[in-house]
Amino acid sequence: MSLIESLPRVRGLRLPRADGLIQWIVPLAIVLIWQVACITGFVSPRVLPAPTDVARAGWKLLLSGELERNIWVSFWRASVGFVIGGGIGFAFGLANGLSQLSSKLTDTTLQMVRNIPHLALIPLVILWFGIDESAKLFLVALGVFFPIYLNTLHGIRTVDPQLIEMGRIYGMSDAELFRRVIFPGALPSIFVGIRFALGIMWLTLIVAETIAASSGLGYMAMQAREFMLIDVVVLSILIYALLGKLADSASRALERLTLSWHPAFQKH
Amino acid sequence: MQEALNFHLSDAEPLDRANFVEQARVARDGSHDPSRGLPLTIRGLRKSFGRNEVLRGIDLHIPAGQFVAIVGRSGCGKSTLLRLIAGLETADAGTISFGEQTRAEDVRVMFQEPRLLPWARVLSNVEVGLGRGRALVDAQARAEKALTEVGLGDKRGQWPAVLSGGQKQRVALARALVSHPRILAFDEPMGALDALTRISMQRLLERVWRDQSFTAILVTHDVSEAVALADRVLVIEEGRIAYDINVDIARPRARGSADLAALEGSILRELLQSADDPSEQ
Repeated sequence: MSLIESLPRVRGLRLPRADGLIQWIVPLAIVLIWQVACITGFVSPRVLPAPTDVARAGWKLLLSGELERNIWVSFWRASVGFVIGGGIGFAFGLANGLSQLSSKLTDTTLQMVRNIPHLALIPLVILWFGIDESAKLFLVALGVFFPIYLNTLHGIRTVDPQLIEMGRIYGMSDAELFRRVIFPGALPSIFVGIRFALGIMWLTLIVAETIAASSGLGYMAMQAREFMLIDVVVLSILIYALLGKLADSASRALERLTLSWHPAFQKH
Repeated sequence: MQEALNFHLSDAEPLDRANFVEQARVARDGSHDPSRGLPLTIRGLRKSFGRNEVLRGIDLHIPAGQFVAIVGRSGCGKSTLLRLIAGLETADAGTISFGEQTRAEDVRVMFQEPRLLPWARVLSNVEVGLGRGRALVDAQARAEKALTEVGLGDKRGQWPAVLSGGQKQRVALARALVSHPRILAFDEPMGALDALTRISMQRLLERVWRDQSFTAILVTHDVSEAVALADRVLVIEEGRIAYDINVDIARPRARGSADLAALEGSILRELLQSADDPSEQ
């Protein structure tokens, strides 16, 4: 009896903390093994600098203000591109999900454009925009557009028609039907699109910044390569990993907040 | 009105106190009177989907407050008839009239699936049933009252996902009841429930029908359910009303009584007999 009673409490108290730590065990172990491999000379510092060297390089760049500036520039490009591309994708997803006419008019065209790898447009984009900010924003927006468009469209089209009929029977207006039935029903799928889009956002930005930029993390890595500063190259790759993780955590938190009704997000 | 009077006389159970108080309040306010069903008259109703003629001329009068069960084999057109009454389909020919002007909230349907919004708490799901009355100040109070009526007052803050099948269907019933409809149509509302849950759901249906005296139209494939609940059983075959049977058994009806069983047996025999006919052709 007492064992059964104490079980939920033990779970409630200990598991979340353990959960938070467990996911960092593997990354920490990798860094540790890496450090040991470098110190023992198993890996040459010209191939891979030790984590401590990378940290030192980071500290130096941080003091000079160069690191913050580049992170900020990359972060700004990523978010602005995401908002523009995601916003347009969301709007087209809504329009084509809700209106037959709009869908007939634009869906075929969008499906054709979708099959062009957007990074293949880099030469064209450089010719159009130079290595200006707009070039990077254009590429990120284009990359982010499709996953959000497709998943919003899919989400809206797969809302349970029985629920829509129910809403109509109970006298919901079009606006109310959208707000109370269609949008919440499409939300899980929209979030899948956002998570996909976040991955594409970083990928596009890294490529764009390494090829055509004069600032940003990708540019910092390319500059460092010119001067054989391998620790800075590794540093910028690690920062990309952390930023990616950050974006993912943010979208998960938003998901938990808005999808608390969903059985998959219900914790007792 | 005659029917309503009859069943009140034969009704042995006293009204429970809460309901009595509510009725007194409504009578005092005089704003709306929930204790009135609507009569329903159907003339020459026809409906086909493509070349498939589902309803081939239905003529039917249902007096106000009557509990009518519609039975028949699957594909006989009973659900289509219900959807036409609820205004979910439009008839090819014929008329359905309710005797007087109706509001959208006067006719409500309950389906086999609960059709709750999974992203809305139980209480807001019930509020959906208020139709245009959702915006009124007493919306929440009315939803709470309807929820208490189906015995789920303590589940108001839950997500539908954590409820059992029977509980979800009761929330759907509360949503249908909250606008005090004058006609309530049920499309096999107990079809997906297990036997025990089904019996308690049937009792609940009978109780709310008695309390609110709406006109009830129950589509079901379960003949025993039809004779246990209804004043009148309509058997539909090939798009027409084949039998119109009055169930003159006093309420409350004891499950499994000889009278009910005999009536159920005779209806089933007629259904099975006619089921054999087409196969011989």
